[in-house]
Amino acid sequence: MSKKMAIIATKGTLDWAYPPLILASTAAALGYDVQVFCTFYGLQLLRKDTSGLKVSPLGNPGMPMKMPFGPKWFKDINWNIPNIVQASIPGYESLATTLMKMTIKNCGVATIDELRDLCVEAEVKFLACQMTVELFGFDHNQFIDNVEFVGAASFFEFAGETDICLYI
Amino acid sequence: MNFDKELDASGLNCPLPILRTKKALAELTAGQVLKVIATDPGSVKDMQAFAKQTGNELLSSAEAGGKYQFFMKKK
Repeated sequence: MSKKMAIIATKGTLDWAYPPLILASTAAALGYDVQVFCTFYGLQLLRKDTSGLKVSPLGNPGMPMKMPFGPKWFKDINWNIPNIVQASIPGYESLATTLMKMTIKNCGVATIDELRDLCVEAEVKFLACQMTVELFGFDHNQFIDNVEFVGAASFFEFAGETDICLYI
Repeated sequence: MNFDKELDASGLNCPLPILRTKKALAELTAGQVLKVIATDPGSVKDMQAFAKQTGNELLSSAEAGGKYQFFMKKK
């Protein structure tokens, strides 16, 4: 019998969309049976349109701000912009997201859509928390096909038998 | 070394080299050999871990000119 892994995905930003999808796709490649239970902001991972996933440097002191283009000396600069300034510039988040997407591409890192397709192809099962779908006013047709809309009890049925269970 | 299929995963980062390797192996039959080229330094340990967990045999792992070369025999 194959090993099993369950992930609870709760974050809805571009950077936090990566860990669940990287781990789910890799585990599936290693032969694990994988289920990803998406709840609260983690539902963003399952939307057909993932352009709403953004990265916010605001309130995140661990995030280096580097430019993905230009000569090496320019790319090496760490732009130390105070949080209070980031908060007051309109469009700052969109700019940071655009720069992050460029960096992702330059580094040969998969896009979220690409990773998710690989998960679906490898038969990773995506579950959406029905309660939060209603709470946020989403419609089932806003999500990718093959998503199952369930409650906590359904998650435990699988999670109780897993070898690895992660909360992200 | 003789091989039956080649996969160039140059420029790709974790976890893509492993995912592409898995996919490429699926197209081979048992006993056939896949050659993989990668530039991700993490792939050296990852290929070993992949082989160990999936039962496919990592015949060799080498570095040359900033590229990593693996030969994997399908289970």
